[in-house]
Amino acid sequence: MLAFLIKRTANAAFVMLAVALLAFTIFRFFGDPVEMMVNEQATQADRAELRERLGLNDGFITQYTRFVTNAVQGDFGISYRNQQDVMVLIGERFPATFELVLVATVISLVVGIPLGVITAVHRNSPLANALQLGSIVGVSLPSFVVGIMLILAFSVSLGWLPAFGRGETVDIGWWSTGLLTPSGRAALVLPAISLSTFQITLVMRLVRAEMLETLRTDYVKFARARGVPVGRVNWVHALRNCLMPVITLTGMQIGNLIAFALVTETVFQWPGMGLLFIQAVTFVDIPVMAAYLMLVSFIFVVLNTVVDVTYAWVDPRLRDDAAKAGGANG
Amino acid sequence: MTIRKLLLASAALASLAGGVQAENVLKWGANRDIGSLDPYSYGDSFTINVLNHVYEGLVRYDADLKIEPALAESWEILEDQVTWRFKLREGVTFHDGAPFTADDVVASLERVSHETSPLKGNLPAYVSSAVVDAHTVDITLNGTYPLLLNDLTNIHIFDKEWMEANDSLLPTDIGSGKEGFATYNANGTGPFIVESRQPDAKTVFVVNPAWWDDPQHNLDRIELTPVTSAATRVAALLSGEINFTNDAPVQDLPRLEAAPNVNVLEGVDLRTVMIGFPFRDTLTTGEPNPFKDKAVREALYKAIDLDLIHQRVMRGKSRIAGATVAPPIPGYAEELDTVPGYDPDASKKLLAEAGVPEGLTFEFNCLSDGLVNEEQFCQAIASMWSRIGLAPKLDVAPRAVQTPKRTQGKTDIYTLGWATLPMLDAYSPLLQIFHSKEGNSGVFNWGGWSYPELDALIQQAGMELDLDKRLSLETEALGIVKDEMIMIPLHQQPMAWAVTGEVAEMPLFPDNKPRLWFARVATDD
Repeated sequence: MLAFLIKRTANAAFVMLAVALLAFTIFRFFGDPVEMMVNEQATQADRAELRERLGLNDGFITQYTRFVTNAVQGDFGISYRNQQDVMVLIGERFPATFELVLVATVISLVVGIPLGVITAVHRNSPLANALQLGSIVGVSLPSFVVGIMLILAFSVSLGWLPAFGRGETVDIGWWSTGLLTPSGRAALVLPAISLSTFQITLVMRLVRAEMLETLRTDYVKFARARGVPVGRVNWVHALRNCLMPVITLTGMQIGNLIAFALVTETVFQWPGMGLLFIQAVTFVDIPVMAAYLMLVSFIFVVLNTVVDVTYAWVDPRLRDDAAKAGGANG
Repeated sequence: MTIRKLLLASAALASLAGGVQAENVLKWGANRDIGSLDPYSYGDSFTINVLNHVYEGLVRYDADLKIEPALAESWEILEDQVTWRFKLREGVTFHDGAPFTADDVVASLERVSHETSPLKGNLPAYVSSAVVDAHTVDITLNGTYPLLLNDLTNIHIFDKEWMEANDSLLPTDIGSGKEGFATYNANGTGPFIVESRQPDAKTVFVVNPAWWDDPQHNLDRIELTPVTSAATRVAALLSGEINFTNDAPVQDLPRLEAAPNVNVLEGVDLRTVMIGFPFRDTLTTGEPNPFKDKAVREALYKAIDLDLIHQRVMRGKSRIAGATVAPPIPGYAEELDTVPGYDPDASKKLLAEAGVPEGLTFEFNCLSDGLVNEEQFCQAIASMWSRIGLAPKLDVAPRAVQTPKRTQGKTDIYTLGWATLPMLDAYSPLLQIFHSKEGNSGVFNWGGWSYPELDALIQQAGMELDLDKRLSLETEALGIVKDEMIMIPLHQQPMAWAVTGEVAEMPLFPDNKPRLWFARVATDD
């Protein structure tokens, strides 16, 4: 198990290095940050000097090595545009993104699971067909369209919910939360729904497929034969056996949601990491872009590693030392 | 539960209290956030514009964009012609209560012109400054220079003691990897005080009761919220979550005008949109460069249907320009503001006479995030040029990608918008665009032209202290620019702000900068 853990961690570290390398290769095509930083009256000499001070004239390898060395020590530098420590900047935005993703995930489970069960149990009924059709719409509508439609309906026409922002927030230590104030909760509704539409469909379809499998199994038939109420069979016995893949999927999707929240964040001016990243791209704020990409890939890598390790823990056949152990025993 | 009840009760009390003394709040939805609270941190005119509500300069623009005294009450040029003596206003205090003195001016000028300041270009002629007495300052320049006051409108004055106490005498140097105190904190003399700031979410300003000037505005509070997405900004205005935006998207104007509670403020920006030619020996393709020939430039000018661009692309909201500066800019002359007229046949003839081969290929560099409808008018112009037998290769990309190509001469024809900011004088484009590229001059001379007689006129204007003489020199120089067709002016672009019925007065400035100390919200009484 130890060897497996070490191997997985080494893999993860390698992936991170590769991401950093890729990121640095791409940044060269983003343009020149100095042109965005100085004002119109700066001379060419001023610009060249600033470029030199920021180390932008150094070779690719030098810049990459310097970035990795500093990053390992947790130092991602200072944002060109905001002049703030990048880790502080991202730390400030992380709670906003995380709360949004968390609420979107809860919504997708609370709505997606029952819908999945209903469409599986009442297969071919008009209701199930309508839901299936609706889910196609959910998958195919881009989330910014969903967001704008929600704003038009609930902010402009009905005036119930705010169109943008995060409302009032409360600080608990370094974590700023919008969940404790009425305006914070109101502000969370539309972005969370918009972010969860795709996810709801995904959960619903997965639950439906799993349920259809499970409903065919013997134990369900026996339970029905024994006279267990239909509702109980469907919603307790069958559903419980469908949840394992749903949980795995949800866990894996959190990384995705964090990464794709940037579209929702832009539409709703949600002050999260995605919005920060979009602005960093506009202003070629290399330190922020690099740190954001590293953080998101770190979240992906951690989630994947945790899932892999859990699987290995559950299923000994996946461990590296399984063959050796098997040989000794056999 | 008790805590919850207590919270609810106090919230109810707070709202009651709010009901008693209604605050006049301007809820400003901008298209982006300010970079930081430090106006000297980043070459960003929007940040400087917003922070001008907190910090002030020695002089400022009045409601008609004329320069008037602010922190300085009067000034004179001393006998040596290069030293300016400013008498400072007495009795002015910073937001933290510290008195405003000559030391503060010297420290601020040193900070903005320091080597690591991205804004040092805003004070091009500055050499040094010295305290004469507590309320008198001498500023020494590198020569006779008429535009110091224009430059000083944008140089914000900090408190020296405050900077010393917080280790901020020098501008924040990102290269050194250290954060600056002024990035997070502000202490100016202006009409508004920064109350709180959450980057990308909200920056709140409250009125400064101790402001030295009689306020024309009636605002108690300004809440600046960036709303980047144009559709969301329009929605927020319609739903009343914001009551002012300084960027109403052109495509949504009809809808905003139709809304019952929204007023659209439309105007023409000072920014003149121009097209620049390369003057190098070869094009990017390696072929000889025909644009060095004035007849070829004229051919391209006459091939552009300015009316069509005005009506179709700019939806009738732009102002067709013949001169390279807008009418309100000193140095503008009406006789220069003429257009040659659309004549593709004459263009073809000129090209044939100049021996330009059929299907000549060249790059046409435009920004996707630059001027109003830039992508569309570039496409229109490219197809107009195709019609006279040329083969322009349109290259559209974000500013950050295009600027290096432009400055390094890795493109041929390009677009440029110039508003003469922050100087508001024709000297600005003359020095920075049309002068030959040397030292501080011709930074935006991307085509690489050089007209010695033009340079001489510009230099003369840059040293002429007599206003009328200087303006006639500038007009003469602009005349050469026009005759030689160094750049083709297209139009001044439209700008639009919008307010809801809650805002009673919002003067629209042609430099597209909100000055909220002139704004008033509607009150019940």
